[in-house]
Amino acid sequence: MSRALGWLMLAAALAIPQVSGSSAWLTFWITTLLFAYLGQAWNVLAGYGGQFSFGHAAFFGTGAYIAAILQVRYGVNPWIAGLGGVAGGGIVGAAIGWVSFRYGLRGSYFALVTLAFAEVFRVLANAVAITGGGQGLLIPLKPGVEHFQFVDRASFYYLLVALVVSGVLIARWLEASRFGAWLVAVRENEDAARALGIRVFRVKLAAIALSAAMAGTAGVVYAQLFLYLDAGVAYGGHVSVEALLGPIVGGLGTALGPVVGAILLHGLGEAAKGVVGATPGLNLVLYGVVLVIMLRFLPNGVVGWLKRWGQR
Amino acid sequence: MELLLPAVLNGLTTGAIYAVVALGLTLIYGVLHIVNFAHGSLLMLALYAVYFLHAATGIDPYAALPILAVGFFALGYVIQRLVVQPVSHGKDQNILMATLGIAIVIDNGALALWSSNTRTIDLPYAFDVVEVLGAFIPLPKAIGFFAALGIAGVLWIAIQRTDLGRAIRAVAKERQGARLVGIRVEHIYAMCFGLGTACVAAAACLLLPTFYVTPQVGYAFVLVAFTTVVLGGMGSFPGALVGGLLLGVVEAVAGLYLGESLGQIGIFVIFILVLLFRPTGLFGAKAA
Amino acid sequence: MLVAEGLTKRFGGLLAVSDASVTVAKGAIVGLIGPNGAGKTTLFAMIAGFHRPDAGRVTFQGEDITGLAPEEICRRGLVRTFQLVQPFAGLTVRENIAIGAHLRHPGRTAALEAAERVAERVGLGAELTKPAADLTIAGRKRLELARALATEPTLILLDEVMAGLNPTEIAEIIPVVQGIRAGGVTVLLIEHVMQAVMSLAEDVFVLNQGRMIAHGAPADLVRDPQVIEAYLGHGAAERLAGAHG
Repeated sequence: MSRALGWLMLAAALAIPQVSGSSAWLTFWITTLLFAYLGQAWNVLAGYGGQFSFGHAAFFGTGAYIAAILQVRYGVNPWIAGLGGVAGGGIVGAAIGWVSFRYGLRGSYFALVTLAFAEVFRVLANAVAITGGGQGLLIPLKPGVEHFQFVDRASFYYLLVALVVSGVLIARWLEASRFGAWLVAVRENEDAARALGIRVFRVKLAAIALSAAMAGTAGVVYAQLFLYLDAGVAYGGHVSVEALLGPIVGGLGTALGPVVGAILLHGLGEAAKGVVGATPGLNLVLYGVVLVIMLRFLPNGVVGWLKRWGQR
Repeated sequence: MELLLPAVLNGLTTGAIYAVVALGLTLIYGVLHIVNFAHGSLLMLALYAVYFLHAATGIDPYAALPILAVGFFALGYVIQRLVVQPVSHGKDQNILMATLGIAIVIDNGALALWSSNTRTIDLPYAFDVVEVLGAFIPLPKAIGFFAALGIAGVLWIAIQRTDLGRAIRAVAKERQGARLVGIRVEHIYAMCFGLGTACVAAAACLLLPTFYVTPQVGYAFVLVAFTTVVLGGMGSFPGALVGGLLLGVVEAVAGLYLGESLGQIGIFVIFILVLLFRPTGLFGAKAA
Repeated sequence: MLVAEGLTKRFGGLLAVSDASVTVAKGAIVGLIGPNGAGKTTLFAMIAGFHRPDAGRVTFQGEDITGLAPEEICRRGLVRTFQLVQPFAGLTVRENIAIGAHLRHPGRTAALEAAERVAERVGLGAELTKPAADLTIAGRKRLELARALATEPTLILLDEVMAGLNPTEIAEIIPVVQGIRAGGVTVLLIEHVMQAVMSLAEDVFVLNQGRMIAHGAPADLVRDPQVIEAYLGHGAAERLAGAHG
């Protein structure tokens, strides 16, 4: 059932550039898919692992800044710089995970400490010179595949489709592997998991490193897409919020949930823009309302609800 | 040295207001065992309420305090009864997410309605000063300090001496037991959410004469309030009071020697360290 | 196989377990009994690594495992169940057991197959696809047992697997426990249901107020005045002796 939905969505995704080649249309889908992938990153840790982070901006921003700084300040090839960004995101995630999980932070406490780390990074990125401080960091325009910049939007779009597919495959792997089974066991009951021989600390650490490396990847792609970063863009609270909204609306702990959620939310935001005009903040107001309504009426998200409905 | 005393006094006046914000947060945490992520947004909303009330009627912020406290109490009560409670489905994570959702709506609603402009109000006595131990403190800050301590005192007596306070303490300690002896637990939850929100409204009234309001202003405060509450011990009343005063002083003194933005980082660093090494807080209230 | 010597645990001012020793021989079913609050579960928790003992030593298959984390102890072949069952509520019965089976079977298919075999052994074969949350109390007790067995232990600690069951359900679970031993797994069980312990265990330890007060064959223990007093109160042994004599 959800497998059929997956193939259907992939077919639709490949048809999208055929519908219209307009830059606005493709940009809408590119940003939607970028946040779908960021949501998948969050879903790996929270949906499968039960650790609710409110600070995924820390990993997203680190990936973006490392990629940008390496190429702008040190002349590293953007693809290699991007790999550095992915690794950097993962390392920061592992470090934050190491201290948080070593000291047994869970629930509200884990959410708070991740939020605080993201804030520290934002304030620091705003203050130090290497990030360009308050002025931000501009990546010079150098069109060409070898510079990780694409002349036409459609190429970028296909790159993002591939990225989102890879994210869904990571989630599917979690559903069919020992590591994923252990991660879910940790989410459900840590004591029972330990009694069954699961090294809870290591499992959580691996999950946050994977999740953060994925968020870092999203940051790298963001940097290459918009070619500009500042502290508010990279480490802002809205990044952390976007990371968690999609999966909750679409279905926590499901492989397609983050994708479905991101499409619904961004579609809704776009529709609202069409009705009342582009007012800053309006789309997020809607997202917040949708979040609360979903929690109230469909706490398992759209995909979770479809699954139950399919089982009947 | 002659700069240190004014910095400490200034820090104490700011810290007293942090303490009132933190008292509201800790009251909600103590009973619902959940961090209210909408707390800072409600503070921002209260600051706008003070601002617009002043703009429309010219009412003095201090005089508006009782009105706003009652209004925000009702708002908090309704939020808990109509949004947070129905959404929880018995899961703490859902409450966490619901308060975050409310925060997103309020923050961005303010941005959409009132834009990101910084707004302040002009009061005739805004630049009056009082002399304390040879240092000059702005009059509104001095008023804020004593009013904040007064509010904390009233709240303390209410919790210790009234039937409502006893019911709140009973629910905080043992919710099943409280239910068995006939306390309406859902009502107490909502009362605490209401009281916590009223604290924020009171803090807004004391704050606006020397401060400003933007849609983002709550964000800075909520992190300070979280830090205060974690520092003082989640759910601990005296902890929130002392933690608030302490943070106000730390921020002012660190700002004096390290500059403003690093002073801000100092608070986060304290926050992270306390969370990691002593999540039960300096006053040792029980961690969830 | 298991030797616990002089285990002591204090919670604040309360001495929960004091200088308690237990030995379990390979292939045996050993019982641990005692009145409520005697410290049985605390003793289990110390053996399985959930509490660090304040004093004493635990040796398992010749290796000192005192103070090791529970997951490390489980990996060495000593697993425990919980008195208050802890199912992974959001998962099915099969998935629950497979999580235990994954310890020795890295592949998903192998783990699921192993889970099904274990489910058959404990009588859950018909409920594989049920969500764990939908099981009856008796079903949850069996699931707790199955998950632990799936880790393929050499010694299993069962914490009151019969508590809360009705007499029919108890009668059904006794052969399951015997089957576990027949399958080569040594059993140490805490039990409140005296009759069950008497029919299952060949060797029984009695804990009272944190101290080990008796040890022996079940038939001898029921005549031990100390044991009778512990269970029925001060002076009970004398009264019973008087009634019989």
